[in-house]
Amino acid sequence: MSVIEVSELRKSYGGRNVVDGVSFAVDEGEIFGILGPNGAGKTTTVECVEGLRVPDAGRVRVAGLDPVADHDEVAGILGAQLQQSELQPKLTVREALELYASFYPNPADWRPLAERLGLTAKLGTRFAKLSGGQRQRLFIALALIGNPRVVVLDELTTGLDPRARRDTWQLIEDVRAGGVTVLLVTHFMEEAQRLCDRIAVIDKGRVAALDTPAGLIRRSAGATVISFTPSAPLDDHDLASLPAIASIECKDGRITLSGTDETVNAVVTLLARHRITAHQLRVLDATLDDAFLDLTDDRTKEAAA
Amino acid sequence: MNTAVLRTEFRLFRREPGAVFWIFLFPTLLLVILGSIPSFRDADKALGGLRPVDAYTPIAVLIALIMSGVQSLPQALTGHRERGILRRMRLTPVRPSTLLSSQMVVQGTVALASALLALAVGRLAFGVRLPEQPAGYLLALLLATAAALALGSVVSALSRTTKVAGAIGSAVFFPMMFCAGVWLPVQEMPHTLARVVQLTPFGAAARALGEAAAGDWPGWAHLGVLAGWTVLLTAGAARWFRWD
Repeated sequence: MSVIEVSELRKSYGGRNVVDGVSFAVDEGEIFGILGPNGAGKTTTVECVEGLRVPDAGRVRVAGLDPVADHDEVAGILGAQLQQSELQPKLTVREALELYASFYPNPADWRPLAERLGLTAKLGTRFAKLSGGQRQRLFIALALIGNPRVVVLDELTTGLDPRARRDTWQLIEDVRAGGVTVLLVTHFMEEAQRLCDRIAVIDKGRVAALDTPAGLIRRSAGATVISFTPSAPLDDHDLASLPAIASIECKDGRITLSGTDETVNAVVTLLARHRITAHQLRVLDATLDDAFLDLTDDRTKEAAA
Repeated sequence: MNTAVLRTEFRLFRREPGAVFWIFLFPTLLLVILGSIPSFRDADKALGGLRPVDAYTPIAVLIALIMSGVQSLPQALTGHRERGILRRMRLTPVRPSTLLSSQMVVQGTVALASALLALAVGRLAFGVRLPEQPAGYLLALLLATAAALALGSVVSALSRTTKVAGAIGSAVFFPMMFCAGVWLPVQEMPHTLARVVQLTPFGAAARALGEAAAGDWPGWAHLGVLAGWTVLLTAGAARWFRWD
């Protein structure tokens, strides 16, 4: 069952179509990622889901409710962390947690939440004195404090150190294990690959691709990269006629090929046939990074066309 | 009204020593300084037999209202918007307007408390008689508070940033202080000037408070001017205020 439905969403500012027909549906209990370059329309899209912006056209539903028309009901079941936001400078962490907990009918106990987010030692500290990472963790706590059914997190781990980032990922996985649906805006590939069940890649206001992280990687042109230094020169023609080959590069006697698993097998056969030894043979799977660049870069798109 | 938001805003107000001083203590301090000048304790014919310290007591009350309405409130409201606090509140079941109304209650309450302090100190230290028409005085005071808060809301509505709010607040501050009679009590102003000043919110408030202090029911014309400004300014603030 879809908890978040977005169909044909459009929003423009000053004649520029920031969101230009975005559609996706997020299932209950799913961690759904929205990935895209800066200015692609990610934040505008989730702000329409949160009810902070009114779409020009299209339909947005959260648990069957309209975030604009049914604002109060949606606010009760949706928790969100905004990309840029502050609190009253002299409000302490404890006061912020208590205040926001009081807004909801069934709030979470803020103490364990603060503990999980490493804020316990900072409860008496005023907002203005918190570091960037501490503020970020406080906002994550405030997003979760109402025991929401849906959580929208925009740039979740920006400003966190690697340790805090990993702890936060674990927290999000635990939250999901409790049945909460998570909509995650990110530009960290590692984060998307680790957390997301499915990802919508948004580019120039449109959905460029929607798939699982593994599916997106498989789709990219050079999914597997093979590199080696041959013991004797190889014929260029032999290399070019390898199956499913996407690119060939020779530099200082080292050959780098990209293709698929099939290409790997063919390379091994080719080398064996010519009795050539491959020194420092490396086979690397492409990452979400490669897939992302493939999907959002005009040059690679045109080259593929 | 959400009591948790109100309590929080009160607590945060107490953490602003500047606002506490200027709104709550400064008006009374000014009264004490003026009252310590011997000539301010002699009856003055130009003031209809009142002593200057008597005439300055309602003015001290109005200074508290101007400080809270025109200086402190716009900074707080604009700051809440500038920091995205209002926007963050929109994501919760509690409406951001709660934060605005809580701020107004806080500023209004502190200003009224400051007025009480000025009246009490005036009475105890300088023998200034308490308002002889208390109901009329209270009505005029409440209307003046409403007008001051409405004026502050308009300043905040017209200011994108706290810097702009500070600039507009200062530009409005001195004319308002003049109209309230800080430099020259309205009763002592030349006739034509007094007529114009009485049409401003604080000029009208000064006259209404003066009349009620002397034992008369404040003139309906003055109360009407206050009510008119409150309605007009509130409508302007509601129309121009932006949430983010």
